[in-house]
Amino acid sequence: MAIEAQDIENLIRATFPDARITITDLAGDGNHWAAEVIDASFKGMNRVQQQRAVYASLKGKMEGSNGELHALALTTKAPE
Amino acid sequence: MSDATDQIKTTIEKNDVVLFMKGTKMMPQCGFSSRVAGVLNFMGVEFADVNVLADADIRQGIKDFSDWPTIPQLYVKGEFVGGCDIITEMTLSGELDQLFEAKGVVYNKDAAEKIREANA
Repeated sequence: MAIEAQDIENLIRATFPDARITITDLAGDGNHWAAEVIDASFKGMNRVQQQRAVYASLKGKMEGSNGELHALALTTKAPE
Repeated sequence: MSDATDQIKTTIEKNDVVLFMKGTKMMPQCGFSSRVAGVLNFMGVEFADVNVLADADIRQGIKDFSDWPTIPQLYVKGEFVGGCDIITEMTLSGELDQLFEAKGVVYNKDAAEKIREANA
């Protein structure tokens, strides 16, 4: 298994300590993940900016064919 | 500036709607690329497809250019709109319709409504 849900959450959490983070294993194969990140810092940012920030927190784990994180569906929003 | 960056810039300047994807719009080679190409095809949007699997420089170049680590990537009128998750959300919320209208991109509103009905 390339990466665990907890690893993904920890990486995101390091950048967004107060975020509400939900990680889901979409296919049950430890390879296709979904992450929902709700954080106050997203207020006033568009989705591209929000998701860029989340990708940045993953620090290259998604880079290239050797990336540990093959597929991560992202949903980001600011708290209501 | 690298050749790949030049090529990317020219492509998004010359085409109103460009999808950088794995495979082609007729034969996508990844589920995420397939989903976005499928939405555009279904909505009758004319778009240029760039197969990043055919060119390693473009594949890396577009990620650097957009500061976005994943493929597919949709550009409308030279502006980066998003990847698969954002396009899916925007399709279902109607924001993609609004974007096309604001940018003067022709699309089939009925088809867009059908996608939303099917996913309601």
